[in-house]
Amino acid sequence: MSEQDVILQVRNLSVHFNVPAGGLFGGHKVLKAVKNVSFDLHAGETLGIVGESGCGKSTLSRAIIRLIEASGGESVWMGKDILKMNSSELVGLRKDIQMIFQDPLASLNPRMTAGSIIAEPLQIHNPEVTKAERTKRVAEMMEKVGLTPNMINKYPHEFSGGQCQRIGIARALITRPKLIVCDEAVSALDVSVQAQVINLLMDLQKEFGVSLLFIAHDIAVVRHIAQRIMVLYFGEVVEIGESEQVVMAPSHDYTKKLIASVPVPDPKEEMKRREVRRRLRREAAAAA
Amino acid sequence: MVLRPIRVEAQADPTNVDDQSYLTATKSRSLWADAARRFFRHIPSVVSLVLLVLVALFAFTGNFFAVWTNSEVDWSVLGRVPELGAPSLESGHYFGTDDLGRDLFARVVQGSQISLMVGIVGAGIAVIVGTVYGAVAGYFGGRLDSVMMRLVDILLSIPYMFVLILLLVVFGRSISMLFIGIGLISWLDMSRIVRGQTLSLKQKEFIEAARASGAGHFTIIFRHIVPNLLGIVAVYATLLVPQMILTESFISFLGLGVQEPLTSWGALIAQGASNVMYGTLWQLLFPLGFFIVTLFSFYFVGDGLRDALDPKDR
Repeated sequence: MSEQDVILQVRNLSVHFNVPAGGLFGGHKVLKAVKNVSFDLHAGETLGIVGESGCGKSTLSRAIIRLIEASGGESVWMGKDILKMNSSELVGLRKDIQMIFQDPLASLNPRMTAGSIIAEPLQIHNPEVTKAERTKRVAEMMEKVGLTPNMINKYPHEFSGGQCQRIGIARALITRPKLIVCDEAVSALDVSVQAQVINLLMDLQKEFGVSLLFIAHDIAVVRHIAQRIMVLYFGEVVEIGESEQVVMAPSHDYTKKLIASVPVPDPKEEMKRREVRRRLRREAAAAA
Repeated sequence: MVLRPIRVEAQADPTNVDDQSYLTATKSRSLWADAARRFFRHIPSVVSLVLLVLVALFAFTGNFFAVWTNSEVDWSVLGRVPELGAPSLESGHYFGTDDLGRDLFARVVQGSQISLMVGIVGAGIAVIVGTVYGAVAGYFGGRLDSVMMRLVDILLSIPYMFVLILLLVVFGRSISMLFIGIGLISWLDMSRIVRGQTLSLKQKEFIEAARASGAGHFTIIFRHIVPNLLGIVAVYATLLVPQMILTESFISFLGLGVQEPLTSWGALIAQGASNVMYGTLWQLLFPLGFFIVTLFSFYFVGDGLRDALDPKDR
């Protein structure tokens, strides 16, 4: 991959939160949620971000696209630092970077129909599109994500979790973005639906050439979809590399633990993994 | 307990439909339609709603049925009201007359108009001002929120009955002054309720989704937050209407509210109560009946709405 097709460069990104230290005059402590994270994202690539709960994955993804303010560093999108953009530039950016959320139902407004939810980004970024044209595009997009256009007037509570996530995907794709941030996009779905949604995402990525920033806590899922994997531990990058390499030959102990913690439906294999987990724990105890 | 077999309706395969129904949108139920269905299954609220409609019809069409106007004095009964002014169909005084010989039916019609108007205008101001104020404060949060809500706190800490009475004394007793006074206080509680709801709503993922897709603050507040607040606003507004009517009646009972020749339920009740000892009970019972029926109906409707719109029910 050449230097030209890097669309997003994140450099030394940090996010600090002030948390009250307790007491009336306790002041506040600084919580460093993301520390000095740097990586590149190429056009059409999928980068997986894994780590345990609370390690800063979601915070990182939101700071990159400035849904929360970063404390330091840069996030350069197509040569322009997102963190220094003014509000009108940001609106333009929102057209190119869309997001898919963890909870499929909670991410859809319960008072809006599926059609108007999917149409909303189009309405914001392409107000010149007529209503008829908009409905046509929404119907097309619904077909692409595996929903039927006759569901256009249904409300979110009338859909299943997987269907809700498809609505979320359709909403993210309608403006033809260049990057989609998937924040635990499949974690809330059950396994068979997870597989369907992941395959859908991969198909759509092939069709639209969009890059994905795929966040999950399950390294097995990420391995399936991502070309590269970044492992995050307490807000720091501990490992980044090609998926196969990270999974088959992890260089950092934390990555090994993470891989060993994936359950496998095979008792013998599971025994072996349990052994690995035990060894890692012994080594850690010996080192301490 | 008898176990009934559970009937499972076969789910049609959504992708296996003929071309005609593939493109025509299927029927669907919004949350509002769902709530309406629940509301109309609750019999006390439906009965109350019917009663309210009847009271409103009475207030706005009653004048067509009245034989006397509200300012005409029936000279034949004047001075002998306890004997001749009782409700009767022949004389045309369906509700009897008041102590000045005026037709009570026409007076109650007029009073109903004013009382309902005070209630609805007061609640209307609360809905519009309170919702926008509370939603803006809750959505933006931080310092703006603090300033806006402290202002509400300060206004709430002033004893409003005192201010209302002062306003009416200083600027004269007029119905517009009464509207201004009630309008000034009615939205305060509403804005607090709305702010609280907004605070919890803005943590929801769909608000973040709207931000991520580039929606502006205005769009987020009016497309995503306010529609999700309307349930609670509707419930509170229906409970606010009787509160406003009560406030106005109280003020009128004190003699500070609406002035002659205008009247309201409160003013009519006050007059009726002061004449009860002369044996003209109808002068108290008719306005009081309307007053009680309306208040109860509003409370029942509010209750039914709350049950119908309660998100925990879903």
